[in-house]
Amino acid sequence: MISVQNVHKSFGDLEVLKGVSLDVPNGEVVSVIGGSGSGKSTLLYCINAIETINSGKILVNDIDVHSKDTNKDKLRQKLGMVFQQFNAFPHMTVLENAALAPRIVKKMSKDEAMEIAKKELKHVGLGDKFDVYPTRMSGGQQQRLAIARALAMKPDFMLLDEVTSALDPELVGEVLETLRLLAEEGMTMICVTHEMGFARDVSDRVAYFHQGVIAEIGEAKQVINDPQNELTQKFLSKVR
Amino acid sequence: MEYEFHWNIVLQKMPELLNGAFVTLHVSVLAMLLGVVIAVLLAIAKMNNSKPFCYVATVWVEIARNTPALFQIYMAYFGLGAFGIHLSPYVAVLSALVFINAGYLTETFRGGFQSIPSTQYSASKSLGMTSIQTYRYVILPQMLRRIYHPMTNQFVWSILMSSLGILVGMSELSGTTQRLQSLSFRTLEFFIVAAVMYFIITKLVLFGASLLSRRLFKGEI
Repeated sequence: MISVQNVHKSFGDLEVLKGVSLDVPNGEVVSVIGGSGSGKSTLLYCINAIETINSGKILVNDIDVHSKDTNKDKLRQKLGMVFQQFNAFPHMTVLENAALAPRIVKKMSKDEAMEIAKKELKHVGLGDKFDVYPTRMSGGQQQRLAIARALAMKPDFMLLDEVTSALDPELVGEVLETLRLLAEEGMTMICVTHEMGFARDVSDRVAYFHQGVIAEIGEAKQVINDPQNELTQKFLSKVR
Repeated sequence: MEYEFHWNIVLQKMPELLNGAFVTLHVSVLAMLLGVVIAVLLAIAKMNNSKPFCYVATVWVEIARNTPALFQIYMAYFGLGAFGIHLSPYVAVLSALVFINAGYLTETFRGGFQSIPSTQYSASKSLGMTSIQTYRYVILPQMLRRIYHPMTNQFVWSILMSSLGILVGMSELSGTTQRLQSLSFRTLEFFIVAAVMYFIITKLVLFGASLLSRRLFKGEI
């Protein structure tokens, strides 16, 4: 379970998170929507300790993420993350991309790491691309590689930061389909997204971020179809 | 008037020319190796925020890149000589080449580092890699690909620049050629052969570098 408790985060004078609290129990999919600059991506970066926080607390499996005593590298193994930019390692084949972290971080044997990498690549539909270099693939394929690479670490949670925002429209579907598959398998996920259809159909709950706070959170269909907060209504009327 | 070529004398002196060519290669390889080591340190110093280191590195780079190699060799040989520090021609040329190589390569390395998107760091971090692992497996291999060709160029450049050793009486390929032609008056023959030898050396270096790059860099970038 991921538990975000009254988190504040500033960049210089700019306060990006102004007291955010969110509990995500295991097996739940939460989509985070909101305008740009509302702090939704920052929240993900704070959860896996790529960014520090100013106050509050974040617990992942009851471990205090930002405590001095926490081994952040170790913690991140439990938190798979996929970014807006595809971030494939361009000097490695698809298979090497997915096998790298299991091999060097988890110290698996080469065969073992390859085995897991192959399994996860097939999982996301890249079973025929093992020896291809990522620069030769479409954005959608690269993004699915990024998902497989994160899954190969056997994370308990997946943090997805606008993973379809940099894709050509016709490639969005294949990535969302992969995420839907993960959701059905029971993966716990926090998805920052601009895909309202995805948020409504795949996630259990939707949180609407506005100027650094969660303005509304509730059951997915309810928030998207029948938002209660005026700000959410305004936002949704603009994006639809 | 017709010029008559006499190649015999050149053939006779071939061992001396080859020896000169060896010295040329020797000084350039050494200048490159030392230049790379210093450039790595200067690049780190330049990217660091600690003022004194950054300042030293900036001054080094600016002088090395904006003054002629000829002056730097003169400074090392005659300039230091004026202060009672007498370097041999070999050491003077070597120091000047190291100085210039380090200056140019510093900028190459710095550019190489900065050309790797910061998102590659976050992606590596998010997979649980330590900083050292991130550099070892993700950043440096990509950087090496980007700076490889500029580095090869610098190497070729320093082979050709070492010919300025002629000015301080160094017995590398040009110096040897100069001495032999003045003894035999077969100026054209000796310099033609020397030019061909420079050409062969640099071509071999480039060929070797491209073979090595194919082995090192299988991926595309």
